[in-house]
Amino acid sequence: MLAKRIIPCLDVKDGRVVKGTNFQGLRDMADPVELAHFYNDSGADELVFYDITASFEGRALFTDVLRRVASEIFIPLTVGGGINTVKDFDRVLKCGADKVSVNSGAIRNPSLIGEAAKKYGDQCVVLSMDVKRVDGQFRLFAKGGREDTGIDAMDWAVKGVAAGAGEIVLNSIDTDGVKQGFDLAMLDTLAAKVSVPIIASGGAGKMEDFSQLFTHPGIDAGLAASIFHTKQVDIHELKLYLRACGVEMRI
Amino acid sequence: MIAIVDYGVGNLFSLSSSLKALGLKAEITNDAQKLRDADRIILPGVGAFGDAKEKLDATGLVPVLRAEAQKKPLLGICLGMQLLFDRSFEYGEHPGLSLVPGEVADLRDDLTDKSLKVPHMGWNSLQILKDDPLFKYFKDGEYVYYVHSFYARNCAASTLGSSQYGNVAVTGVVRNGSVWGTQFHPEKSGDAGLRLLKAFSEL
Repeated sequence: MLAKRIIPCLDVKDGRVVKGTNFQGLRDMADPVELAHFYNDSGADELVFYDITASFEGRALFTDVLRRVASEIFIPLTVGGGINTVKDFDRVLKCGADKVSVNSGAIRNPSLIGEAAKKYGDQCVVLSMDVKRVDGQFRLFAKGGREDTGIDAMDWAVKGVAAGAGEIVLNSIDTDGVKQGFDLAMLDTLAAKVSVPIIASGGAGKMEDFSQLFTHPGIDAGLAASIFHTKQVDIHELKLYLRACGVEMRI
Repeated sequence: MIAIVDYGVGNLFSLSSSLKALGLKAEITNDAQKLRDADRIILPGVGAFGDAKEKLDATGLVPVLRAEAQKKPLLGICLGMQLLFDRSFEYGEHPGLSLVPGEVADLRDDLTDKSLKVPHMGWNSLQILKDDPLFKYFKDGEYVYYVHSFYARNCAASTLGSSQYGNVAVTGVVRNGSVWGTQFHPEKSGDAGLRLLKAFSEL
């Protein structure tokens, strides 16, 4: 059977890895290529790179980083951040990305999902969503979690999958950076609505958060950043622990 | 030199990088003479079968591939493996290269547990069914990376390894003479995948 996946996420700004708490107060962490090697060696199943630069120069640094990582590391690479057009897909795929995640770009232009899926296949298009509870509703947020779109996040996910998104990253703003566990209620709601793989993001603080996550059969992968970057949780140890808990893991 | 067949399908960056990382000489090409001169050939591919077959036909390389496949090791990867079979039922029925007997069918139709997600995407462990030089550096049960919705069946005689997904033993590795195929992506399967590519380069 398929193994559950452990995915470290690298937010890259001006060619360096950074990670914020509740999307605020970025702290410089490390060199992305070095960190990618470290994660590959410790057994990461996939790497996610988010380009959080806005400038043209920053973007060029990012694709350079991506090209270097993809030349040296042979596990799936997902890239997000600044993906607004099919041209942006092309730009990062040429540098070695396998999957491209869309977020605000798809909110601004929902046809982007379908266009990209048609050109590159569903498996290439990842719908990334930042979601927060507002007035008893799971609300979709844009622009890195700063802007309430007023859109129901679950409706958005269903439409995204229908248009061709092959996977969903659900990042709960409510649990992000809090390190008290993944947002299981939000994840379960999504898992009941869509049949594509779901990557849980936001809230991982310790190994037990992952074992709890994977008792929910609709969830395929757990994504985290700072707990891995700070070596608070070691991926190899985490996978041994999860396997001992009965979760299928590639080790 | 390893020739990677370029017929405008898929992203060849990782494949050529992985061969380079192994210290192997590889060239992405659609030149018939280069396929003839190569020591071995890799047929990559992603996307839909019919569309890919059309593009491969349009290159005029099919007769060259057929001839060279008798003389030197050829490896089909993912959709490139599926193209090796007699036919595929992806969006209609399309003839393949008939280099390996069998057919390509929708995984969804054969899965009894309908809650299992298709595409079959992620890391699955590969059970070796028949020993082969391709597994020289590969251990039984190691995990490899799959992304696909269709799979090869009625090909038991050629199947070297498979991965279990629900009730279906997904055909993972096939061989017929000097033609090999992997449904998974060795160039995305970490160290285990690189070791498989290294063994291919030594066949």
